Amino acid sequence: MATIDEARDTPDRQTRPPKTRRGTLLAQDRRLGYGLIAPAIVLLLAITAYPLVYNIWNSFHYAVPDIPFVNGKLAGLANFRRMFSTGSVFVPALVHTVLFTVVSVAIEVSIGLVLALALNRPFRGRGLVRAAVFIPWAVPTVVSAEVWKEMFDPQQGFVDYALKLLHLHSATITWLANTDTSWVALFVADAWKNTPFVAIILIGGLQVIPAEIYEAAKIDGASPWRQFRRLTLPLLKPALMVALIFRTLSAFLVFDVVYIMSNGGPGTSTETLAYLDFNAFHVDNDYGFGGAISLVLIVLCLLIAAAYTRIFRERA
Amino acid sequence: MSTLTITQDGRSAQFTAPRRRPVRPSAVGRTILLALFVLVSLFPFYWIVITSFKTNADLERGTHSLLPTSFTWSAYKADFSQYDYWHNVLNSALVAVSTTAITVVVASAAGYALARTRMRGRPLMLGFILIAGFFPIMAMVGPLFLTFSHAHLIDSFWTLIVSYLVYTLPIAIWFLANFFSQIPVEIEEAAVVDGLTRLHALFRVIVPVAMPGVLTAAILSFILAWNDFTFALSFMQTPSKYTAPLAINNLGHSQFQVFPNMIDAAVVVVTIPIALLVLAAQRRIVSGFTSGSTK
Repeated sequence: MATIDEARDTPDRQTRPPKTRRGTLLAQDRRLGYGLIAPAIVLLLAITAYPLVYNIWNSFHYAVPDIPFVNGKLAGLANFRRMFSTGSVFVPALVHTVLFTVVSVAIEVSIGLVLALALNRPFRGRGLVRAAVFIPWAVPTVVSAEVWKEMFDPQQGFVDYALKLLHLHSATITWLANTDTSWVALFVADAWKNTPFVAIILIGGLQVIPAEIYEAAKIDGASPWRQFRRLTLPLLKPALMVALIFRTLSAFLVFDVVYIMSNGGPGTSTETLAYLDFNAFHVDNDYGFGGAISLVLIVLCLLIAAAYTRIFRERA
Repeated sequence: MSTLTITQDGRSAQFTAPRRRPVRPSAVGRTILLALFVLVSLFPFYWIVITSFKTNADLERGTHSLLPTSFTWSAYKADFSQYDYWHNVLNSALVAVSTTAITVVVASAAGYALARTRMRGRPLMLGFILIAGFFPIMAMVGPLFLTFSHAHLIDSFWTLIVSYLVYTLPIAIWFLANFFSQIPVEIEEAAVVDGLTRLHALFRVIVPVAMPGVLTAAILSFILAWNDFTFALSFMQTPSKYTAPLAINNLGHSQFQVFPNMIDAAVVVVTIPIALLVLAAQRRIVSGFTSGSTK
C-alpha cells in the first residue's frame, strides 16, 4: 500500500509534513472502501432488516385488510396463540416439516457422502460424470418437481410402469393421492435435486485434505475403513457442517416442491410451515398470522443454526 | 487422494489381501456405483424428453414402452404459439442476466473494499454479510411481498432482481474478497503507477485478473436467479410477466386440458441452458463451493 501512496504523490503534497500526508491518504483509502461497500450493505439491509422489523410489528397486531374493524389493532400474542388453538393446522404442519427435514437431510447427506467419495478420485471422464450428476442440482425446482410428478404419474409415469414390468406390484398406485406415497414422491424429488449439492460441498472438503496423511496411515497399516473413520471423516467435518446447515435450513423452509407436487395434499397431510405461511399471506390475506408464522420460522432457523454450531464445536 | 478406495474398500476389503496394492474389485464396484448415480440423475430427463415428443393420441394410451413411441414437435409449437412461452423464457433470461451483472459489479466493489482497503469496521461488515448469507430469506417471502406491495413494486422485474441479490450478493462478496486478497498487490500498484485511479484499476486490472473467480460467482448467481420459483410466485401477477418456472407451473394448473407433453416441452426448454452451463463449468462450480466452505 505504501508504494501506491508514494506513487500517487504530487509535488504540492510533498511540501506538507509527512504525517498529515499519510493521514489524508489513509482517509482517502478508507473513503474508497466505504464507498465501494456501501451499495452492497445498503441493498442487503433494505431487503432483510426493513421487512423483518415490519414483520415483527405485524405479528403482534391484527393485520387483516379484509376485516377493517380489527385491522391495525394491537393483538398481543393472539396470532401466536392461534397456532395452537383447536382445529389449527399449525402443529401438524410443524410435525410434517420436522419429518421432511430429518428424512430428506438424512438421505441427502448419506448418499451425498458416498457420491462425493466416488467422485473425488481421478478417473477418465470424471468431468463428464460430475457434470451429469450435478445437473439435477442446477435445474429449477419446478423442473425437479414436475419431472417427478410425472415419473410418479400412474398414466404417463415411469415408476408404476417399471413396478409392473418387474412384477413387483400389479395394481396401479396413485402416488400423490395417498399421504404415505405422497411423502415418498416428495422425498425422492427433493433428494434427486439436493443430493448433488451435498456432494459438491463435500468434494470441496475432500480436496483440501492432504494426500500425504493417507500415505502415513498406509505405512502404519491402517485399514481403509479405519482411514475413513479416523482421517477422512474428522477432516471432512467443516464441509459436513456447511452441507448440514445449508440443507437443514432449506429443508426446514421447504415450500416450492410441496406446492408444485402435492399442493399440501391429499387434504392437508403434506402441508409444511412455509406452505402455511404462503397461504396466510396470499390466500387468507392475514398478514398478522402470516407474520407470526414467519417469525416462528426465523427463530426456529436461528435455533437450528445455533444447535449445529454448538454440536460441532463440542465435538471438535 | 486415495479417499475413495477407502469407502469402496469398506465393502470390498474382504476380497483384497491387506497389504497388497488395490484392487480390481473396488474399481469395478466404483464403476457400477457411478453408473448407477449417472443413470438415476439422467434417466428422468430422458423420460421427459421422450414424453415431450409424444403425440396426444399416444399419450392417451398411457405408458407402454421405455423407448420413444411417437415423434412430433406439436407440444413445443403449442407452448410457443398458443401460450407465448418464449415470452416467459425471455423474462427469465432478462431477470437472470440482470441479477448476474449487478451481482458481479456490486460484489466486486464490496469484495475489493474488504480485501484491499483499510476501512474501519471491516470485521463487522464481514460478519453482517455472512449473517445475511445465512438469513432464512424463504421465511421472509411474505413480509417482503407486503413491503413491495406497499411500495407498489409488485409485478416489477426489479423486485425480483433485488430479491435475488439477497441470495447472490453474500456468496459472491465472500468469494470475491477471498479471491482478490490472493492477487499480488504489485499488479494493482503497476496500474496506479500507469496513471489509473484505484477504481479504474479495480475494474480494468483486478477484475480481469480475477476472471476465473468472477465467472464462478456469475455462474452461481445466474443459476440461482434462473431457478427461482417462490419469489416469482409471490411477486409477479400478470401472466405476460411470469418467468419460465412460473409459466410451467401455470401450464400444470391450467383450466384447459393440458397434455403432459406440453409441460415437458416447457421443462426441456428451461433445462437446456442450465445443462449446458453445468457441462461447461462443473469445475468452476466445485471450486466456488470449495473456497466458500473452507475459508
